[in-house]
Amino acid sequence: MAAPTTTDDHTGHAGAHTHPPDGHYIKIALALAALTAAETATYFVDIFEDNTALLLMVLMPIMIFKFGWVAYSFMHLGSDSRVFTRFFVTGIFLASMVYIIFLLTFDTFF
Amino acid sequence: LAETATIEHAGDHHAGDLKPGDHGWTYTGLSNEKLAMWLFLGTECLLFGGLISTYILYKSRVPEGTGPAPHDLYDIPFTSVSSFVLLMSSLTMVLAVTAIARGDVRNTRVWLTTTAMLGGIFISGQVYEFTSFLKEGMGFTTNVASSAFFTLTGFHGVHVSLGILMLLSLLLLSFRGKLGPERAETVEIIGLYWHFVDVVWILIFTVVYLVP
Repeated sequence: MAAPTTTDDHTGHAGAHTHPPDGHYIKIALALAALTAAETATYFVDIFEDNTALLLMVLMPIMIFKFGWVAYSFMHLGSDSRVFTRFFVTGIFLASMVYIIFLLTFDTFF
Repeated sequence: LAETATIEHAGDHHAGDLKPGDHGWTYTGLSNEKLAMWLFLGTECLLFGGLISTYILYKSRVPEGTGPAPHDLYDIPFTSVSSFVLLMSSLTMVLAVTAIARGDVRNTRVWLTTTAMLGGIFISGQVYEFTSFLKEGMGFTTNVASSAFFTLTGFHGVHVSLGILMLLSLLLLSFRGKLGPERAETVEIIGLYWHFVDVVWILIFTVVYLVP
């Protein structure tokens, strides 16, 4: 049997959620640190120096994954009410759409 | 299977137990304060989206002879360490949230202090970076890219500084004996703000510093 874990439950409202043990968060933080190191490594690798498309293909998924993982785990979106997720995702979606159109208008990508 | 033990906190209520007029009752069944923080963070996405987009727009449009562009001066290893520091502050913040939820006042203070200190280290790094850029001849009005860069990273720095003030306020409340497990949600809400500042830096670090 695995070691007992302690789960803290904010039961104040319907948006309540449980806290995994501290070790869970430490593992996530270490993984995020490793991803940051991988991102930084791209700066020193010659293959990316003249290949921006390849660099973007590596960096963008890592960035989105890190963003999502912090929001899901540390901000408890994974275990909290879906309403909070909708609020946050709506903000991200609106910002992305508005500013992608803004940048396209000024021919930034091409 | 791991055994789990659920800790209920003093002052907690089950949503189903509350009726209109009861303390803590809300129409949605959700905490109004937390809902407001998430709404605020949603609007902050638009603010930082605008600032990041402006930087992307201007970074490669520096006219000849108007001084160095930001990407000529970046010290990536230094900024990577700053990013690591801010990332670790997110960890210490979530540990503070779990500590207060357990009613562990001592560890709550330890983790809140650590988070504020890591935030302070990050801000110190930013001040050092800005100072070194000024010495290299890139000020706020040097060119459009430098203006966009200082506005974006400066706004982020102000957010981190406000977060540090909020953490220090929590510490003050704790030392006055006014931050017990019944106020775990207050720590969690400030934690949300702190994590948001971290996720925005994840975007800035990649889009502004690492993408040429």
